[in-house]
Amino acid sequence: MRTWIGVGLMFAVASAPAAGQELVVSAAASLTSAFREIGSAFEAEHRGVKVVFNFASSDILLAQIAKGAPADVFASADQDAMNRAEADHLLQPATRRDFASNRLVLIVPAKAAPVAVTELAALSQARFRRIAVGSPQTVPAGRYAKDALERAHLWAAVAPKLVYAQNVRQALDYVAHEEVDAGFVYATDAASLPAAVKVAFDAPTATPISYPIAVVKDSRNRAIAAAFADYVAAASGQRILARFGFRVP
Amino acid sequence: MLEAALTPLLLTLKIAAWATFLAAVAGVAAGWLLARFDFAGRDIVDAMLLLPMVMPPTVLGYYLLVVLGRRSALGHWLETNLGLELVFSWKGAVIAAAVVAFPLVFKAARAAFEAVDRNLESAGRTLGYNELTLFTRVTFPLAWRGIAAGAMLAFARAMGEFGATLMVAGNIPGRTQTMSIAIYEAVYAGDDALANYLVVIASLVCVVLLVMASAIVKRGHLRLQRP
Repeated sequence: MRTWIGVGLMFAVASAPAAGQELVVSAAASLTSAFREIGSAFEAEHRGVKVVFNFASSDILLAQIAKGAPADVFASADQDAMNRAEADHLLQPATRRDFASNRLVLIVPAKAAPVAVTELAALSQARFRRIAVGSPQTVPAGRYAKDALERAHLWAAVAPKLVYAQNVRQALDYVAHEEVDAGFVYATDAASLPAAVKVAFDAPTATPISYPIAVVKDSRNRAIAAAFADYVAAASGQRILARFGFRVP
Repeated sequence: MLEAALTPLLLTLKIAAWATFLAAVAGVAAGWLLARFDFAGRDIVDAMLLLPMVMPPTVLGYYLLVVLGRRSALGHWLETNLGLELVFSWKGAVIAAAVVAFPLVFKAARAAFEAVDRNLESAGRTLGYNELTLFTRVTFPLAWRGIAAGAMLAFARAMGEFGATLMVAGNIPGRTQTMSIAIYEAVYAGDDALANYLVVIASLVCVVLLVMASAIVKRGHLRLQRP
């Protein structure tokens, strides 16, 4: 009998009822820590508003919004996903803006020999056997890295050494655990593990790495969604973003 | 720390329980049909019902999003007529986990029904059982063990479900953030301590539940056999 009560309880665990106004923010996974803080700060200033975050890779977030997921705000890690959202008329016109920028850096394990590596050309040397990079197909950071290597005419020489990661975090972990000799990640990722990795140099990218935010067209709380986007782009949001290594756009 | 684990854990248990229930009902029905009726294209139907195991969960999640989203006919109908919004809700996570777990029950149930001695069913008919009582009194009790084993696998699979759930239900703390997704987010946020802690809790709970379930199945088996 007791076992059946247990089974019954498992089905019944209640979810908290939604109270007040709720804002669903779909944000790129690389924004997780910073946006959580921005969310609390925004809630403190807007009584009765609850900010609910949905963090995943920009491409997943875009697919969800395209199929009608009830998101109010979309913050992407690259312009590509936002461009596609705009082309498919998924955004409220004139709400899109860039709110942060980042840098692509080459990192090496913190314990690596202190030989100065200052430019991409060094990656063709034999001592770099494996280099971690996000998969250019699906990871924006991977697209930036491929682009940088191509423009330096190093793609052919370096491509055989590349280990493709599913997201930036995975590339970071490969370097932190010394599975690879170097990796391409964002400056903000490198800053999150200062004891395990060190930045060798900034990799030059053709276009600046900027994060766009916009209000979703089907949003049911457009006014609050717009207020949140403003808040992120304004001084209040920028202060928090700066603490996590993001720069102004 | 405990609180960080409790909310996603309870949610995971709720979702896995419902998903197992749905997968079990559908899996038993489909398993019985395919075990008892030989029709043209049976092997093709069998193979198609196993597809959720073959497909990468993210792809499956994308298909579910296409079928269940607000923009689709079905999603629109569910929302306007039943007020049921699946995307970004725990109910969507149930659907995702149930679809992924379904083949495990289905395959086990079909094998279990095929192993039931048809003579016993014939004997039941001579005793005047109609088809429904025959199923509840003879066939199901004899196949019960195999079905329960499949359901347990389905429950474990549903607890660990990640890809399709992330796609359909999103990663919303307190509402759709299951253990697997909470672990993913902790890793992404660089919080390895939290990730490890959640992994240990999820593993412990899953082992305890499955051990308990197999104990129940052993007792239940005997009880069902007796009458």
